[in-house]
Amino acid sequence: MKIVPPHSVGVVVPQTAQFGPIDLQCGVRLPHFEIVYETYGQLNADRTNAVLVCHALSGHHHAAGYHSMDDDKPGWWDVCIGPGKPIDTNRLFVVSLNNLGGCHGSTGPRSTDPSTGDPYGPTFPTVTVKDWVRTQAMLADTLEIPAFAAIIGGSLGGMQAMQWAIDFPDRIRHALLIACASKLSAQNIAFNEIARQAIVTDPEFHGGNYIKAGSNPDVGLRLARMLGHVTYLSDYSMGDRFGRELKSGDIASGHDVEFQVESYLRYQGSTFSKVFDANTYLLMTRALDYFDPARDYGDDLVKALGQATCKFLVVSFSTDWRFAPERSDEIIDALVAARKDVVGANIDAAHGHDSFLLQVPRYLELLSTYLDRVAAECGQ
Amino acid sequence: MREDLRIIADLVEPGARVLDLGCGNGELLAHLQSNKDVRGYGMDIDPQRINACIRAGVNVIEHDLNDGLARFPDASFDMVVMTETLQAVRRPDLVLTEMLRIGGECIVTFPNFGHWVCRVWLVTRGRMPMARHLPHNWYDTPNIHLCTFADFERLCLETGITVIERFAVDSGYRSRRMVNRFPNLFGTTAFYRLGRADGET
Repeated sequence: MKIVPPHSVGVVVPQTAQFGPIDLQCGVRLPHFEIVYETYGQLNADRTNAVLVCHALSGHHHAAGYHSMDDDKPGWWDVCIGPGKPIDTNRLFVVSLNNLGGCHGSTGPRSTDPSTGDPYGPTFPTVTVKDWVRTQAMLADTLEIPAFAAIIGGSLGGMQAMQWAIDFPDRIRHALLIACASKLSAQNIAFNEIARQAIVTDPEFHGGNYIKAGSNPDVGLRLARMLGHVTYLSDYSMGDRFGRELKSGDIASGHDVEFQVESYLRYQGSTFSKVFDANTYLLMTRALDYFDPARDYGDDLVKALGQATCKFLVVSFSTDWRFAPERSDEIIDALVAARKDVVGANIDAAHGHDSFLLQVPRYLELLSTYLDRVAAECGQ
Repeated sequence: MREDLRIIADLVEPGARVLDLGCGNGELLAHLQSNKDVRGYGMDIDPQRINACIRAGVNVIEHDLNDGLARFPDASFDMVVMTETLQAVRRPDLVLTEMLRIGGECIVTFPNFGHWVCRVWLVTRGRMPMARHLPHNWYDTPNIHLCTFADFERLCLETGITVIERFAVDSGYRSRRMVNRFPNLFGTTAFYRLGRADGET
């Protein structure tokens, strides 16, 4: 990056907040933990214009802008966050964090367990979406944000926004649930389990103690990511992007990369295996699988969402088969039954589950329209 | 506000739960929310109209009526409204039955194909009628199931739907003497208040 592109938040510096202790849902007490986060825009004098962005499975705190002038790649949701963008940092104060158990700076399996002096590794406690929401509320306390104007997330991020609406109704005015579900289907859990098996059966996994063993389950992580990636795209988008093009142009012997899609997946997988922690991957997919807010309310989603007082925007994408539009419809219908305010939209988009991160004009216009009202409500 | 929506707004009880099928830019629901304390939900399929509803502060759900209304349980609304949309759905009869399953009472409006202009056009020119209230060509019209008031009432009779109230208006939404006397000949639009024949309204 030579110059800061227009509509970018520019160069941002991550910050770290210290907390502790916390009693997690699994019964384990963490005496101390750190949360790394970024903020974009200005908090207004009334402290009413804060927006929390929750990340998905492999996400982190760096949602927008650049970490230095040499940084080529902006944050993961730069398409949405910035001055004049749908989450307009001229009007809203955006908070984005790396969740507890992550591997991008917040306390997680790679952190040192003070009781042993070694990395937590596989002994890092199970964390749930409910736990994340509590730690996010603790971060809000630190930042002296009494209530969020909106909490926004796609996929697993949307689940956090939903849990916020149920657990802290007084601290959220709008929940934006994008490409989300109120719980995973068996098929979805199955995909996660295959990914986990790829990791734990890698000989380099060492029962999760790979750091101590001086290795890393690269192969397992790569397979897990390749599988995940296939489920985030649509048949159409893969065909459109890779087709059946052969690298050598003809039938070749051996097991080398032949189709374009193979080399793409291998590249995605190996990049991921270098930056992502295997134990964090296991922990995040578990949090996804366990998510089921209706469980606390007699398996009644209407009753669970009945706790909420905020307004909802629920967005799905036509070709998303990992979190299909029907899963969003279940949320919308439960909200209607619970007599909550809701806008529900199904965006015609070609790129499957990944659409929520992409430049889809109608989607961005919808978010802009909705968030324009959110900003206006807090006098911005 | 559109005159037909004003007429409908007067028919809605204060505090009712209202579902507006084909809600457009949310004008009716916005009015009902601020004037009658109504909790309303609209349905539409057009992205721009959905954005307009958001701007108007109206609940709106993107949903194609041709996919049915099975997503809503029985009697989940006090009133279900559908303006100028019945003639554009694939199976008006099924939509009507579903509306009365999920709503206590329904209000339906649609253009009258029995209006004298249509009749004259067909008789004198031998071509599909066009009129001020039916401005499309036969090949590009969204109105794939046009009917007369008489047709509609016959369908109600056959499917056990009770017409609680009906009144017709002319193209200026006025209720004139001739329109009242011969609605199927001089009315361009009819407002029907419907209920279930079993009286469970």
